Amino acid sequence: MSVLLEVNNLKKHFPIKGSSLFEKEKRAVKAVDGVSFQVNKGETLGLVGESGCGKSTTGRAILKLLEPTSGEIRFNGEDITGYRGEKLRKLRRDMQLIFQDPYASLNPRKTIEQIITEPMKIFGMPKGERKQKLDRLLEVVGLSSYHKQRYPHEFSGGQRQRVGIARSLALDPELVICDEPVSALDVSIQAQVINLMEELQEEFQLTYLFIAHDLSVVHHISDRVAVMYLGQIVEIGEVEELYANPKHPYTQALLSAIPEADPKVSRERITIKGDLPSPSNPPAGCKFHTRCPYAEEICRNVNPELKQVSTDGQQAACHFVKEVALEY
Amino acid sequence: MNSKTPILEVNQLHTHFFTKSGVVKAVDGVSFAITPGETLGIVGESGSGKSITAMSIMNLIPSPPGKIVDGEILFKGEDLLKKSEKQMRKIRGKEISMIFQDPMTSLNPVFTVEKQMVETILVHEKMSKKQAKDRAVELLDLVGIPEARGRLKNYPHEFSGGMRQRVMIAMALACNPEVLIADEPTTALDVTIQAQILELLARLQKELGMAIIMITHDLGVVAEVCDRVMVMYAGKPVEYTDKNTLFEQPKHPYTLGLMNSIPRIGAKQEKLAAIQGLPPDLRALPGGCSFAPRCTHAMESCLSHDPAWTEQAANHHVRCLLYEEDEEKVVSE
Repeated sequence: MSVLLEVNNLKKHFPIKGSSLFEKEKRAVKAVDGVSFQVNKGETLGLVGESGCGKSTTGRAILKLLEPTSGEIRFNGEDITGYRGEKLRKLRRDMQLIFQDPYASLNPRKTIEQIITEPMKIFGMPKGERKQKLDRLLEVVGLSSYHKQRYPHEFSGGQRQRVGIARSLALDPELVICDEPVSALDVSIQAQVINLMEELQEEFQLTYLFIAHDLSVVHHISDRVAVMYLGQIVEIGEVEELYANPKHPYTQALLSAIPEADPKVSRERITIKGDLPSPSNPPAGCKFHTRCPYAEEICRNVNPELKQVSTDGQQAACHFVKEVALEY
Repeated sequence: MNSKTPILEVNQLHTHFFTKSGVVKAVDGVSFAITPGETLGIVGESGSGKSITAMSIMNLIPSPPGKIVDGEILFKGEDLLKKSEKQMRKIRGKEISMIFQDPMTSLNPVFTVEKQMVETILVHEKMSKKQAKDRAVELLDLVGIPEARGRLKNYPHEFSGGMRQRVMIAMALACNPEVLIADEPTTALDVTIQAQILELLARLQKELGMAIIMITHDLGVVAEVCDRVMVMYAGKPVEYTDKNTLFEQPKHPYTLGLMNSIPRIGAKQEKLAAIQGLPPDLRALPGGCSFAPRCTHAMESCLSHDPAWTEQAANHHVRCLLYEEDEEKVVSE
C-alpha cells in the first residue's frame, strides 16, 4: 500500500492576543503540538479525542485552511507545506472536507444544484458535463433529481449531510477529511450516512481521514486509529488491536468510559479524575500526567515519545507502557 | 419491579402545538409512572416528543402555540395540570427539578454562581442569606467541585463544560427534589466527563432517594443508568418495559432498528443495519402506524390501522400490530 498523506511533526499554535508587549516569550494555545502520522491510499484513519484535543485543527492544517506553525505535510510524496496561490488551489481539488454541521455548511440562498456544481464551475468544467455529474452525484448519495431546485432549509439534517457529501465528491478527490460528519445526526440517520460513506469509499477509492469523538463510530469505519490528547497523538494502531489492547492509560480510560448498550456487560471502569488542562498552559512532561492513575516522577518531567508497543505497528507514548499493559 | 406507590404518574398526556401550518401532535398519548429511587429512561430521536413530555410535567410549554390538550400529571396524587401558576412555581425547582442539555445556555452568564444558587435557595426556603450561602457550598461539595467556597465567586464561563453541568445539578438539588428530570444531561459532554456525571447522578440518587427521569437518545446511557425505559417515536410511546427486557427481547421494530443502527465495539459489522427513510413530518403524520413507512415488518393493515397500546407481557407495553391480539393480521404478513 502506498502512502497518500504523510504528516511530520505538525504544529499549529495560536498566539494569545493581549499578552504583554514586554513579555519575552509570546504565549500561545498549542492546539496541535507535534503530530506525525501517515494515511495509506484507500484506507480510513480515524482521529479520535475529546473536545479541545486538536483533532479538527489537525484536519484543517492538512487542508491548509489554517497555516501550520511548523512541520511538514506530504501529499502523494510531494511536500505541500509551502504551497500558495495557484498551486494550492489546484491541490484542493484532490483534498476535500465534509463538515460537522449540515446546517451551517450549506449556503441557505443557493439551490442544491448550485451548491453541488459550484466547485465544478470553479475548476472550469463545461456546463453539459456539470449537469451529468450532478445527476450522477445525486444518485450515488441517495437523493432524487427533483431535489436539485430545492434550498437547504427544505431538507432534514441527514439529507443535508448527503448534499455536503455530494459536494465534497464533485471534483473526484483522493482524500476526504471528514470532520465529525455524523455527530449532529440522529442514530437511525447516522447509520444511513455511515453506510453511504463506506459505499462511496469503495466505489470511488477514497481515502478518509475520519475525525470524530464517538469511539464506536470510529471503530466501525476505520482501518487504523490515532488517539489525540492535548495536541499530541498518544496512541496509534490497527483498529481491532488498539480497541482490544489499548496500551496508553488515556486510551484505556477513554474506551472504558463508553456506555455500552447492553446491560449485561459490566466493565471495570477507569474513571479519570478532573478536566482537560488548558492547551495554553499544558502540563510539563507527559501531558496526561495530571489525570493519569499511574503517573510517577518521570512523567512530570519528561514528555514520552511514541514508541512501538506491539509487532503489528501499534505505537503509544507512555513511559510505563510495558508495565501498564501488564496491569490492564 | 417494585410495588411502591408512584411519586409521579402521567396518564394519557397529549401536548399539541397549534401552528400556522397545522397542528403538531408533539406528545400524543404518553403514560408512565415512576416510584421514588427509580430511574426511568425516555429514549427517542429528535422530534419524538421526549423533551416536550418533560416540559409538560414542569408546565413550561410555551402557550400559545403549545397546549396540553388532554391527560393528567399526578404528583403525589395531585393533578399538576389543575394547579395555578403560583402553586406550580412552588413545586417547580423545589419538588420537581430539571437539568438541561446545555449548561452554558441554562446558566446566566452575567451573574456569579453564588448569586444564582443563593437566589434559587431563597425563593424556596426560609433562611438567611448566609445560611443559603453555606447551603450552596455544601451542594457544590456534594457534586464534587473542588474548593467549593472559593468557586462560588466565579462566573459560569470560568467553569469547564463538565463543571458547569455539576453546577446545574447542584442547583437542581438545592431543595432536595423528589423528582429530577434530566434532559440529555451528558449529550454536550465528552465521554470521560459523561462517565463522571453519570456516576455522580447515580451516587446522588442513592444518597437522596429521588426519582430520576432520564431523557436521552443514547442507548448506552440507558443501559447504564435506567431501571425502566420508554421508547418514543413521533410523539407516541412505542415500547415501555424494564431495561433488561428491553435489551434482551425488544419487541417493537423501531426499538430493534435503533439497537441495530448503533455501531458496536467488539463485533465488527460489515454494514450497519440502518432504519431506512426519514422520521415523519409531525404536521402530516401518515395514517395508521407512524413508523409503518420505515418499518421492515410493515403489513398492509399497518398503513390504515393505528395499533393500540397493549400490554404484551407483564409490564411490557408495545404499540405494534405484530403483537396485537388479532392473529390473522400477524399471519397475513
